[in-house]
Amino acid sequence: MCLAIPGQIVELLDGDHHYAMVDVSGVRRKINIHLLKQEGAHLGDWVLIHVGFAMSKISEEQAAEQLRLLGMSGEADEAMQEVLGYQFGEGNKT
Amino acid sequence: MKYVDEFRDPELIRKTSDEIHRVVDPDYHYRFMEVCGGHTFSIFRFGLQNLLPANIELVHGPGCPVCVLPMGRMDDGLSIARQPGVIFTAFGDVMRVPGRQGTPLELRARGADIRMIYSPLDALKMAIDHPDRQVVLFAIGFETTAPSTALTLLRARERNVSNFFVFSNHVLIIPAIRAILDSPDMRIDGFIGPGHVSTVIGAHPYEFIAKNYGKPVVISGFEPLDLLQSILMLVKQMREGRSEVENQYSRVVPAQGNIPALQAMNEVFEVRPFFEWRGLGFISQSALKLRPEFARWDAEVRFPVEGVRVTDPKAAQCGEVLKGVLKPHQCKLFGKECTPEHPVGALMVSSEGACAAYYHHVHLRQAAGE
Ligand code: SF4
Repeated sequence: MCLAIPGQIVELLDGDHHYAMVDVSGVRRKINIHLLKQEGAHLGDWVLIHVGFAMSKISEEQAAEQLRLLGMSGEADEAMQEVLGYQFGEGNKT
Repeated sequence: MKYVDEFRDPELIRKTSDEIHRVVDPDYHYRFMEVCGGHTFSIFRFGLQNLLPANIELVHGPGCPVCVLPMGRMDDGLSIARQPGVIFTAFGDVMRVPGRQGTPLELRARGADIRMIYSPLDALKMAIDHPDRQVVLFAIGFETTAPSTALTLLRARERNVSNFFVFSNHVLIIPAIRAILDSPDMRIDGFIGPGHVSTVIGAHPYEFIAKNYGKPVVISGFEPLDLLQSILMLVKQMREGRSEVENQYSRVVPAQGNIPALQAMNEVFEVRPFFEWRGLGFISQSALKLRPEFARWDAEVRFPVEGVRVTDPKAAQCGEVLKGVLKPHQCKLFGKECTPEHPVGALMVSSEGACAAYYHHVHLRQAAGE
């Protein structure tokens, strides 16, 4: 549950920058980016995602490191499952 | 050091490990606590203890949120889940934590509507999709997760969702560390500070540990090399007679933390006067509840919550393991009555719990023919 998964912002979804589409190892998912308000979130940024929220920006290299760590520790599947699980991404309901 | 070659940079791992061996005082027994369950996991998974001198002992801290939740709180949650009309939602880890009458999964098999979610926002969406039901979020986690719950509540208010409720079990890391420092049976020389909690709270909240208690703190990343470097930094501080807060994970952790996250938490939550932790007892100002302004969404206001207190099964020694007094395998139930498939205590549930981490580690080594 305390896993953080790296993803890359591929689309900003609203003017207020509450939501963005991220790509996590080829899977696209909607996440909340409110916590990046101060640093600013931009297309192409890499972020650490925790329970559907981007927690902090990281470099591409750090993202690769983190993915590798998840892979090495056998947590990659679980992490992907988490990302696939975000249901609030459908439509504009939430 | 036979596993060194598996690592991304075996040369750096070897050098860091050698350096630790070189700078330690051979006559001193070091005890460092890794506060965070994610670190516990990495330490076991990568067998980092094998790369350290024998006189450096790693003590597993309270940083796995399901592990520190007392069984009574689980039962309180499950009593809400049994109410008619309720959809009870929880993260995957929580689903397998035993209460007195079984785990959420078992309760679900007996007919309660309990669903697994991956994000607090999933629970909010469920409430919007099921206006005729009352959707309860079993909120759990340290400062890493609390901002997400807070933002979800703010969203619920914004959208005027009235059938969404939060049962808050959010806990704070700093009071837990303070309780450990103040406990008489504890002798910790330094702390490996949590990486992801610190992205939210920053580095400053740890200052009192260095200043008032004279213990070094190094905030650490999760890669094997991160952890080794952090341990080296702790040993060096001790050797040089320093006690400071250092940030090994500065590439991710900003010194001042994440301001929007802290603001959201502050808007939605207030600190409880006290809260019970498994193994550590009642700790004052150590957990979060909803502010009165959010009473409309507070499961503890909406539903009867008994506040039950349950003592752990007699032979279970979760409390001792959580305090670092016993190693997981020294618990009488470890690997026998208590396994990840049939956990007796929560430390066997989450991969970040010390017992589960230890169990997987032992089995991996056995599978490797040792
Ligand atoms: S082995 Fe099971 S009962 Fe024993 S301390 Fe660990 S979780 Fe608790």
